[in-house]
Amino acid sequence: MLGRVANGMFWMYRYLERAENTARLLAAGHRMAITRGEDVASEEWRSVLTTLGQLTAYRAQYDDFTGSHVCDFVLRAKNNPQSVLSMFERARTNARTCRSAITAEVWEAVNEGWMSLRDLLARPVRETSLNMALAAIRRESTLARGATHGSMMRNEVYSFVRAGTFVERADNTARILDVKYYLLLPSLSYVGTPLDTGQWDNVLRSLSGERAYRWLNAGRMEARSIAELLILDGRFPRSLTFCYAALRENLDALARLHGREGPAQQLMNEAEERLAGRTVEAIFDQGLHQFLVEFIGRNQAVANAISDQYRFNE
Amino acid sequence: MDAPTSATFDEMLAPDGSVREAYRQYHEWLSQQDSAGMRRKNFEAESFFRRTGITFNVYGEDDAEERLIPFDMVPRIITAAEWRKLSRGIEQRVKALNAFMHDLYHRQDIIRSGRLPERLFRNNAAWLPQMVGLRPPGGIYTHITGIDLVRTGPDEFLVLEDNARTPSGVSYMLENRETMMAMFPELFTRVKVQPVSNYPRRLAKSLSACAPDCAAANPTVAVLTPGIYNSAYFEHAFLADQMGAELVEGTDLRVIGGRVQMRTTQGYKPIDVLYRRVDDEFLDPLTFNPDSVLGVPGIMDVYRAGRITIANAPGTGVADDKAIYSFMPDIVEFYTGEKPLLNNVQTWRCADPDSLAYVLDNLAELVVKEVHGSGGYGMLIGPTASRKDIATFRAKLEANPENYIAQPTLALSTCPIFTRNGLAPRHVDLRPFVLLSPEGVEITPGGLTRVALKKGSLVVNSSQGGGTKDSWVLDE
Repeated sequence: MLGRVANGMFWMYRYLERAENTARLLAAGHRMAITRGEDVASEEWRSVLTTLGQLTAYRAQYDDFTGSHVCDFVLRAKNNPQSVLSMFERARTNARTCRSAITAEVWEAVNEGWMSLRDLLARPVRETSLNMALAAIRRESTLARGATHGSMMRNEVYSFVRAGTFVERADNTARILDVKYYLLLPSLSYVGTPLDTGQWDNVLRSLSGERAYRWLNAGRMEARSIAELLILDGRFPRSLTFCYAALRENLDALARLHGREGPAQQLMNEAEERLAGRTVEAIFDQGLHQFLVEFIGRNQAVANAISDQYRFNE
Repeated sequence: MDAPTSATFDEMLAPDGSVREAYRQYHEWLSQQDSAGMRRKNFEAESFFRRTGITFNVYGEDDAEERLIPFDMVPRIITAAEWRKLSRGIEQRVKALNAFMHDLYHRQDIIRSGRLPERLFRNNAAWLPQMVGLRPPGGIYTHITGIDLVRTGPDEFLVLEDNARTPSGVSYMLENRETMMAMFPELFTRVKVQPVSNYPRRLAKSLSACAPDCAAANPTVAVLTPGIYNSAYFEHAFLADQMGAELVEGTDLRVIGGRVQMRTTQGYKPIDVLYRRVDDEFLDPLTFNPDSVLGVPGIMDVYRAGRITIANAPGTGVADDKAIYSFMPDIVEFYTGEKPLLNNVQTWRCADPDSLAYVLDNLAELVVKEVHGSGGYGMLIGPTASRKDIATFRAKLEANPENYIAQPTLALSTCPIFTRNGLAPRHVDLRPFVLLSPEGVEITPGGLTRVALKKGSLVVNSSQGGGTKDSWVLDE
């Protein structure tokens, strides 16, 4: 398969995954904002932008942090290349560029998804319809993923598709966790207060982990067990451990197909070693923030190595 | 429906209102359909095209970057006997075109014999001196040709244009049929139509048969596209997909070790046959336009060394030139030794002073075309042009007569289209697609029927608001 096409597939699924996670994060931000009074709400919206890494770009355009401005910027702003609409559009462009790598079913799912989001986001989304819009974004991404599962050969293309999905998902989970720990609490004395647990609840929600968590920890809400679920539980599809098991599987498949391992597999092994056998206690002892920053850096290194090793670009 | 006027040949109905033979079964079926149901089908077809992304790009229109070519549900139908006759004429013409290309870039016998003036290709922008003396693998120049035909009467099919450069539209031929079969399955059980769906397989086979000697037993074929902003990108992707070939861009390719190779995830891999949909001048920045990033630096050297097949061969665009067209009857006779089975439309070459005088005197009745123009651009349609347009064109003609040819305004045949008010006749043409390899000529039964959607209009080009129809050749 062409290196350019591998690149297109890898990024197409990164964009789809990121668009979906952006919608999840907005949903959590919105929930926090409406449950906590106007003065604090702007702080919550601000934290959404920080997690997305879009704070600076946003500030160049707006002075305040109202829900309608933040949602507009994150969902549909034409001049924001990281907006959900821009990402969906890029995913679709990649699908067009690599039309012969995907099935007609996947193409139709992405093309129809883009058309329907383009219509949905043609005008600012009112707060009363925000939840519906966010659900629609998740749904379109889910449909594309479903079409991918149901119609694509488990070949080289598929391995790049899945690698892109899980590199992106791991990055998103780590960032969401990090922002909670590092940015949200006014000071350490709040740890364990209703404010603190409320925020953890929203971290869970933004990763659709509330149900899994309840099932595991009926009635309790505390930072360590949430971090344990999101970092170490190999059964939860958005945990770092789950993402890395899936990433490993696909990098292994590529290595088998090509008859050799390379720097991507090597870095993957190292990154996985840092995760495996860890306890949540050890992570908190090291410092959650330090752990996550290191993880995000290693994850980025794996992504770069994939790009180099498989000749995404010249 | 509106009755066709007696001056034009209608594909479905004779002037007395009776149904022509080709349409007998279809018309029988159609008369049993209710109009509300048909309107619904029309709507379905459009959403189907939009969803599957069967679009073409229009240059210079930002918000309308991707457009649908309007599709009409009423098929254009040709009988088996009509098609047999047409095929013979097409085969003869395509073989002559290939022989002509070979001669032009080698001995130039046709010029020595005085049958063709030398200036015709010396002034032709598509003529490539780099091709002189070069023998393409298998001796094939025109691997894929589109011959534009128009009909003016029961037995009158005329060639309007030869497209030997990079004829497009074959994806519409295939998708139109898929759409029709999806919408009207019961119709296809009643009327036996010759299939077109094996075109991509035949294309792959025909291209492979033209592979260079260095190719492996199973040659690697790739389609070269300028990228997603090209107007025919959908077709490039579609064909690559259907052939199971890689769709490559210039940045994927490189000359290494005397072969053209593509960058794969496992390193560089040689290509044997390149079905290029990039124009000659962008093919190789080292040989042609140095600013181009669409092509492959050094590909012409590999080609010269006989280590890659380029389809169609560079320089075949000479044949698309409308001044050359006017000589096609002579060209066919010269290379086949037979009378042409398909006639040209009568053509006045404005380079010739007597013809020019006639054309200038009769501008209001004629169609005047630029010799190198394509896609319906740069032409004058006398009968529908304003006095101002005619005056402007007269000035252009007088300033540069060699750049123009003129033809009578033909009574192109009409075929009914489905409109809001029922069926109405509209002018059509037909572009069959022809494959040529050392193993022979393959013509897919039918082709792309283009239809002028505006009442009375003769312009069928998609870039000018034309639409398309499924084209049926009936089984025996």
